[in-house]
Amino acid sequence: MTAVLDIDGVASPPRQNGELVFAEPWEGRAFGLAMALTDAGVVSYDVFRDALIAKIGAWESAPPEGQDYSYYRCWLQALEQVLADAQLVAPGDVAARAAAFAVRPAGHDHGHDHDHDAHHN
Amino acid sequence: MTQADMEPDIDLALRTEALESLLLERGLADTKTIETFIGIYETQVGPMNGAKVVAKAWTDADYKTRLLQDGTTAIAELGFKGPQGEHMVVLENTPVLHHVVVCTLCSCYPWPVLGLPPSWYKDSAYRSRVVKEPRAVLAEWGTALGDDVEVKVVDSSSEVRYFVLPERPAGTESMSEEELAALVTRDNMVGVTRVAGPAVTAP
Repeated sequence: MTAVLDIDGVASPPRQNGELVFAEPWEGRAFGLAMALTDAGVVSYDVFRDALIAKIGAWESAPPEGQDYSYYRCWLQALEQVLADAQLVAPGDVAARAAAFAVRPAGHDHGHDHDHDAHHN
Repeated sequence: MTQADMEPDIDLALRTEALESLLLERGLADTKTIETFIGIYETQVGPMNGAKVVAKAWTDADYKTRLLQDGTTAIAELGFKGPQGEHMVVLENTPVLHHVVVCTLCSCYPWPVLGLPPSWYKDSAYRSRVVKEPRAVLAEWGTALGDDVEVKVVDSSSEVRYFVLPERPAGTESMSEEELAALVTRDNMVGVTRVAGPAVTAP
């Protein structure tokens, strides 16, 4: 991208109506992941959308007690589903990697520029 | 916020990071593409694109005709295209007909002209209620419609994405296209509100 980003000026309309596009950074990452994968043809957007509709429908038909609705939770679940169905990423792999990240030492930088050497298993 | 409230979010952030690291390792995605998409929708693509389409339609009758006939092509004329911008259908609001857009199944939305949808558009409350009681929902948005105005609720999907061409407000006859575009908001183009007229300058 060569366009100059204008985050605070007139070219910042996603915030114009008083709402951030992504409420939390992980939502943006989950969005970017799905877009990168569909753009590259790794998964089809239509297949992803069908999975998203199914996840949203499942949550709404039986909301888990004590859990607030999160659109991007459904989005992430749908993405994991289509990647598992395509046998590209097994659900157990994601859980294992997340568990490994969870026990990182306190003060670990959660930015995305850090190296991932410590996470190999 | 209690610890218990936060835990699910921490878990989702970790899961997302875990998924991303696996995809990067396996060569299925790359960081630059991921971040380009995030950046585009955070800072570059948004309702100002749709507002330019509306202002042009208000000031150029030929463009308006093309826009209502073939939304996708007319919108692409202004350079707005990309994912979720296919199969665009533009619906004109008039003094006797008011369209309001929803996606009942998920969140289909015309990204190139409006950016990503706001949270209320994705929530089940809006998605179910606007179909059942559109006048009540619109009234809550401050959009009071008389009995002489027909209300049409249209359901966006992957086959067709709707975009509302709102009514041009009175008192804008002398305004430029750029000034007009500044009056138009996202909510006007979803159809939950009408375009407010220009602010009256104090004497």
